[in-house]
Amino acid sequence: MSGGGGARGGPANPAAGTGVRRAEWPPVSGANDPYDPKQVAALSAEALDAAVADALEAFAGAGDLEALAAVRPAHLGDRAPVLLARRELGALPPAARSDAGKRVNAARVAVTEAYAARLAALEAERDARVLAEERVDVTLPWDRVPRGARHPLTTLTDRIADIFVGMGYEVAEGPELEAEWLNFDALNIGRDHPARTMMDTFFVAGGPGWETDSGLVLRTHTSPVQARTMLSRTPPIYVVAPGRVYRTDELDATHTPVFHQVEGLAVDRGLTMAHLRGTLDQLARSLFGAEAVTRWRPSYFPFTEPSAEFDVWFPQHRDGPRWVEWGGCGMVNPRVLVACGIDPEEYSGFAFGMGIERALQFRSGVGDMRDIVEGDVRFTRAFGVEQ
Amino acid sequence: MRVPVGWLAEYVDIPAGTTVEDLDAAFVRLGLEVEEIHRPEPVTGPLVVGRVLEIEELTGFKKPIRFTQVDVGEGEPRGIVCGAQNFAVGDTVVVALPGAVLPGGFEIASRKTYDRISDGMICSVRELGIGDDHTGILVLGADGADVPPPGTPADAVAGLDDVVIELAVTPDRGYCLAMRGIAREMGTGLAAPWRDPGAVPPPAWSGEPAWQVTVADPERCDRFSMIAMEGLDPTAPTPWWMRRRLAQAAVRSISLPVDVTNYVMLELGQPMHAFDRDAVTGPIHVRPAREGERLTTLDGAQRTLSPDDLLITDDTGPIGLAGVMGGATTEIGNGTTAVLLEAAHWEPTGIARTARRHRLPSEAAKRFERGTDPEMTVAALARAAELLAEYGGAKVVGGLVDVDSRRPRPAIPLDVTRPARVAGVPYTPGQVVELLRAVGAEVDADGDTLQVTPPSWRPDLTDPADLVEEVVRLAGYDDVPSVLPTAPPGRGLTETQRRRRAIGRALAEFGFVEAPNYPFVGTPALDALGLPADDDRRAVVLVRNPLSEEEPALRTTLLPGLLATLARNLSRGQRDVALFEHGAVFPGGERRPAPLPGVDRRPDDETLAALLGAVPGQPWHVAVALSGHREPRGWWGPGRPAVWADAVEAARRVAAAAGVELTVRAGERAPWHPGRCAELVVGDRVVGHAGELHPRVCAALELPPRTSVMELDVDALPPAPVPTPPRVSTFPPVLIDLAVVVAEDVAQVDVAAALTEGAGELLEDLRLFDVYTGAPIPPGRKSLAYALTLRAPDRTLTSEEATAVRDAALAAAAERTGAELRG
Repeated sequence: MSGGGGARGGPANPAAGTGVRRAEWPPVSGANDPYDPKQVAALSAEALDAAVADALEAFAGAGDLEALAAVRPAHLGDRAPVLLARRELGALPPAARSDAGKRVNAARVAVTEAYAARLAALEAERDARVLAEERVDVTLPWDRVPRGARHPLTTLTDRIADIFVGMGYEVAEGPELEAEWLNFDALNIGRDHPARTMMDTFFVAGGPGWETDSGLVLRTHTSPVQARTMLSRTPPIYVVAPGRVYRTDELDATHTPVFHQVEGLAVDRGLTMAHLRGTLDQLARSLFGAEAVTRWRPSYFPFTEPSAEFDVWFPQHRDGPRWVEWGGCGMVNPRVLVACGIDPEEYSGFAFGMGIERALQFRSGVGDMRDIVEGDVRFTRAFGVEQ
Repeated sequence: MRVPVGWLAEYVDIPAGTTVEDLDAAFVRLGLEVEEIHRPEPVTGPLVVGRVLEIEELTGFKKPIRFTQVDVGEGEPRGIVCGAQNFAVGDTVVVALPGAVLPGGFEIASRKTYDRISDGMICSVRELGIGDDHTGILVLGADGADVPPPGTPADAVAGLDDVVIELAVTPDRGYCLAMRGIAREMGTGLAAPWRDPGAVPPPAWSGEPAWQVTVADPERCDRFSMIAMEGLDPTAPTPWWMRRRLAQAAVRSISLPVDVTNYVMLELGQPMHAFDRDAVTGPIHVRPAREGERLTTLDGAQRTLSPDDLLITDDTGPIGLAGVMGGATTEIGNGTTAVLLEAAHWEPTGIARTARRHRLPSEAAKRFERGTDPEMTVAALARAAELLAEYGGAKVVGGLVDVDSRRPRPAIPLDVTRPARVAGVPYTPGQVVELLRAVGAEVDADGDTLQVTPPSWRPDLTDPADLVEEVVRLAGYDDVPSVLPTAPPGRGLTETQRRRRAIGRALAEFGFVEAPNYPFVGTPALDALGLPADDDRRAVVLVRNPLSEEEPALRTTLLPGLLATLARNLSRGQRDVALFEHGAVFPGGERRPAPLPGVDRRPDDETLAALLGAVPGQPWHVAVALSGHREPRGWWGPGRPAVWADAVEAARRVAAAAGVELTVRAGERAPWHPGRCAELVVGDRVVGHAGELHPRVCAALELPPRTSVMELDVDALPPAPVPTPPRVSTFPPVLIDLAVVVAEDVAQVDVAAALTEGAGELLEDLRLFDVYTGAPIPPGRKSLAYALTLRAPDRTLTSEEATAVRDAALAAAAERTGAELRG
């Protein structure tokens, strides 16, 4: 055999997998004599055009990838006309090779490109079909792990605490079962003070033998944390104390004997009521939006003087924008500072407190307190993990 | 305190055009919370004053019925049928004529009833919507009384045009429990001229004091004033205008003398008491009660007295509980013609104790315990005497009794710049002085320090801070600007706070719903859990005044509340419920009472330590409870029921969130199933339990079988160590599956621990992937299949090395747990 083609292993061809019939491969012309030019039929323009036309027709006629693979060897295989033609180039006299070479190359490129185009088209068709077959109903649920939730009292408390932490406050804590002295006396609520009887306190029995006077109560407000903080630290003090508190009210649509407050306390040099208002306004804006502000009404708490109750302007109220009563505030009564060992001539302070249930009620439009209390999962799930 | 606007207008020149809403806003600005505004329902159509001319008693009906002729200012009287009996010929009444519509849409028409044509209706207070009294019709006045003539429109006379504003008065402002105080506040608040009803001209009584009175405890009674009156007409009715105001104030009309004392109390704030003079025997002595002494009070209750109660006594013994309620023996009655009127000033806290001890929150006690104006005792007597003379024909006999041991009130020094420094508002010194004078204080404004003597009706003003509040309040809280202070940098949340949040969030993300419960429990709930008699959770803290006698104790475990909420959810139709709660529990046990130190200074360190030490520790627990399916049935399959392992896994999640390593071993504790209870261990400490509830507990609580719970003491968890990650090797791993056979009672955790230790440092991960019992495994044994991942930090392991590790692991497991390689 002459030329170089016959001994080459067949190149890996993804489309050529089946039944290649070597016996049908056409013979290759013999080596040409440079001095005896002769015509090689396979290299004629007509023959090449016909081969290209055949190939294009065969490719176009292949309806799927399998059919395309089947026709490939005939047109792009080692014995395909355009490849044979290339081998025939060697038989041409050198003068004729350039022209014929160009024609052969053009024919080979035309066939190769036609094949690639058809292959890409058929692959795209196949892929489209397979993807269509693999289609699923993406609306099917996959809630195999049920969804949990934190209680909105918890998340709202955290949210409020975080606002103050962002302002530099620290979160202080105190026990729910509290010393009576810290719950009342230290806060300027003397033994026979009407405010003390108005607090509807749960009293706690003592140990065996002294059932009546343990000196302990279930704290009626988070204010004893104020006293604890001032007794244990030195100014400047900026703390916020969320927590659970108790009053002897029966549970109904608007009352609960166990509820939550957030208490704030700042003791520093030069604090004024203006600072108190600025702090409450900042809280209101952080929690209820840029339009929220607070309004004060003079009131009375034994542990603050002056004292006020405050309302918040709540633009998102379900019944339209309005003032909503929220909490109490005031300047720490100098008597409380004294009882806690802080010099009222050097330091002043402000304190405030508000109900979390109350905030939850108007912020989320909760009409009935019992929904907050009873632990029904339908209620709590509505708030998610981070509300 | 209910304030009729018409009454208020008697003292305050309310500017023209002032609406009820304006008054509402002014009250709120002054710190008097408006609780409710009572507006009488409108009456339309003709409502007129009428005069009864004739009464014909009709008989033969089920009840007495009267047919009356009433002059309503027309040419002819009208015939009106009336079922009430409390009026006589000549009385002036209110008549709704046909066409009138009374509150509630009650239309009046001329109609035939009881065989007569009734041409209108004589109205009761209730029918007019101005009170609850329906015992008879409203009689404006008897024959000869000063009443408007027949035919006069009756709306104003009846008070139908008068709005009543109900105020919530804070405990520091007792003076606002009277029209006198309200008038002062509103005069200032509206910047309107006003008159002080307490400015009563000094009475012209003379002569020896009308009664002999001594006061044994001048500390608790520094003024006791009394007059005697005679010639009271016991049948004299209370004039309508007074009854109307009492009704507006929600005070029941009883008799002229009682009504007068109540009226004067509402007007001036001075509670008074009227004794039947003829029932008082001998001199009056004010003294503390003796132990065991008894007194029957006006409400008919016999009360055993305490030496802390102050009494008014005569020769017979106690005749009144001072400042709280009078005694029954000297009560004025239908035949009383002579009275002793008492008006005193009592020390507030003593009254508060007595009222609380005897559960007698009377109107008098309410005012005395907030502090009354000692200047008012004689003024109130004078005012009452004037009214009893005018409407009851009584006259004062003898001279005034006035036992007065008051001491002058000290002035309060006030730095004139202090209000500005507290409020952050630049008040001028002149403004400060002016506002303090508006309060009624005497101000000596010489220099920078004001000497302020508060008015007699303001016992609450004792400190400079109190005066500051008055200045800021009257200037207006709206003047205070909004300035955000700069706090020093804080340390953020503490580790404990972060941990609690992490635990709550982890459980919520793991599918549990948070349910905070009330911490009240009772013995039945602890019995239902099957707690043994000596269980530490039975040592409870008891509430002295629980809301429910069934739940008098504070929880020592979160489970009763959580299981009750689980049951509630199930009863409402939920089937698959996973709940968690975290919060404080309250262990009982031995304690010492907390001391009650004074408040004039910081308690000394020892007292403070005793105080804080007496407050028992209240550990923070977390608990979960699950029932039904943990994974619901769905198109993927049948779902997976919640089991003991879910409760244990919840504990692992908690530990992971807390950053500590939790190990689990078999445990036994109520209320868990003895064979399905995991003891949760951190370090060497048992921190909680998890698993399936004991079947008896499920039955007792009517919970579904296999309900599982976990409870863990979060405070018992040690601080989380700073995590140290493994070095991440990029060499390829060798994966080995290893199945071993052990006795059935060998805990998996022990096998895993032995394999881990035996495998040594090259073991990257070990995971149990199968547990199998049954053939071909012999009975009493089980197969545990583990997937081991081996990897070296610095090289690719050879198969010889991997085999050596496997053999070492197996050898350790064989030695410690009797494991054999599964054939």
